[in-house]
Amino acid sequence: MISVRALTKRYGGTLAVDDLTFDVAAGTVTGFLGPNGSGKSTTMRLVMGLDAPDSGLALIDGASYRSLRWPLRSVGAILEARAFHPGRSAAAHLTALAAASGIPRRRVREVLSVVELADVADRRAGTFSLGMAQRLGIAAALLGDPGVLLLDEPVNGLDPAGVRWIRALLRSLAAEGRTVFVSSHLISEMALSADRLIVIDGGRLLADTTVAGLAARGGGSLEDGFFALTGSSRSGDASGRV
Amino acid sequence: MTGYGFWNVAAMEWVKLRSLRSAGWALLGGLAATVALGAVAGYNTRNAAGDPTSNVLAGVALGQVITGVLGVLAMTGEYSSGLIRVTFAAVPRRPLVLAAKALVWGAAFLVWGELAVFASFLLGIALLRAAVPHPSLGDPAVLRAVLTSGGYLALTGLTGLGIGVLLRHSAAAVAVLVGGLFVLPVLVGAAGHSGGKFLPELIAGNSLAAVKPVQGFTWSPWLELGIVALYPLMLLLAGGWLLDRRDA
Repeated sequence: MISVRALTKRYGGTLAVDDLTFDVAAGTVTGFLGPNGSGKSTTMRLVMGLDAPDSGLALIDGASYRSLRWPLRSVGAILEARAFHPGRSAAAHLTALAAASGIPRRRVREVLSVVELADVADRRAGTFSLGMAQRLGIAAALLGDPGVLLLDEPVNGLDPAGVRWIRALLRSLAAEGRTVFVSSHLISEMALSADRLIVIDGGRLLADTTVAGLAARGGGSLEDGFFALTGSSRSGDASGRV
Repeated sequence: MTGYGFWNVAAMEWVKLRSLRSAGWALLGGLAATVALGAVAGYNTRNAAGDPTSNVLAGVALGQVITGVLGVLAMTGEYSSGLIRVTFAAVPRRPLVLAAKALVWGAAFLVWGELAVFASFLLGIALLRAAVPHPSLGDPAVLRAVLTSGGYLALTGLTGLGIGVLLRHSAAAVAVLVGGLFVLPVLVGAAGHSGGKFLPELIAGNSLAAVKPVQGFTWSPWLELGIVALYPLMLLLAGGWLLDRRDA
């Protein structure tokens, strides 16, 4: 499980994450919903120890990311599409990560089959379409068979079949008892793939609820429920915060 | 299993190095060009009282750009692609990544550098005219000139790596590397200082590769090689310290 406690991050004068507290439980798919620029990616980078918070904590099963013994065996993540060297093959990219994590080589071929990239394993990854690049990112996330998955906008660039495939994948990973935390700005996608929802805007927590709970706020419409929340936060911006 | 350690990270960096075809081609082409320069310099050597060893090592001037730029790109390439965040997710102890890159790339540069200078020497000397004295690797000063020149190429590669980790942007880092190698000596020379013996590019030509002493370079070539080594050492220490303190 992921625990975020009073997490705060400033970039220069901009407050990107503002006193954020929530938990992401194992065994369900938790959606991380918010408009573009609401602080979702920053929060994920803070959980991964890539950026340092100004204050607050982010813990993976009670431990900070930097203290993990074999990080890729605990946490799998996609933080951006195309996070690989374009001149390196998909297999080499994964082999390098496996080497750092004490993961056997055969696991590389396994995950490439899972994401249906086995046929292009030795092609330069720079030639991949965005959808293939996302699949390679998912392969890297699954490489260490981790108990926690953090996926930032994983459906971007996927075709309808790919979107459906990843939805089923997320469901099955959660059903195996893993913690699955998926960000998106697509409300309709969250409605289909998530059980629980963390909604943020302006770096602040707006709701920690279920898909059904958010829809209830919008009189049955998830979208209306979302805008009821973010709309009120925007007007709150103007009057309340410095 | 107590968790990942230096050798896991070194294994990762070794896989990364081997799997970059572009780096392989650059090293191969650079080797040919470096040796070719030495061959041409050997063939054109006419001064019987000159320093043919130093002449046939002329390709070092090009070779240092090859290793230096590849050293820069070994680091900045990860920043430009976003791979760096994947790397740091796998290895949160970031200075280990830098140390592993320094070991793996440094070893590759050393092998490449020694290969380049020994090939330059053998080919350049073979092409010397009969009227010019033919130096031999059996002469300790000649062997030292060739060996330290190869070491210089490896150290310049590590300097590139150090500049790359500090600046993180390929163009800026390459500009600083090239400026430091070629522009700084011109400025120091123009100012009339005797600072040449502290500048790597001047040390390489006037001390390391020289069998006959050059005016202003009275220190031992081994001491001068140590001075050259201080550049990557300081840059990499500063870079490792900063890596832990900057957002990735």
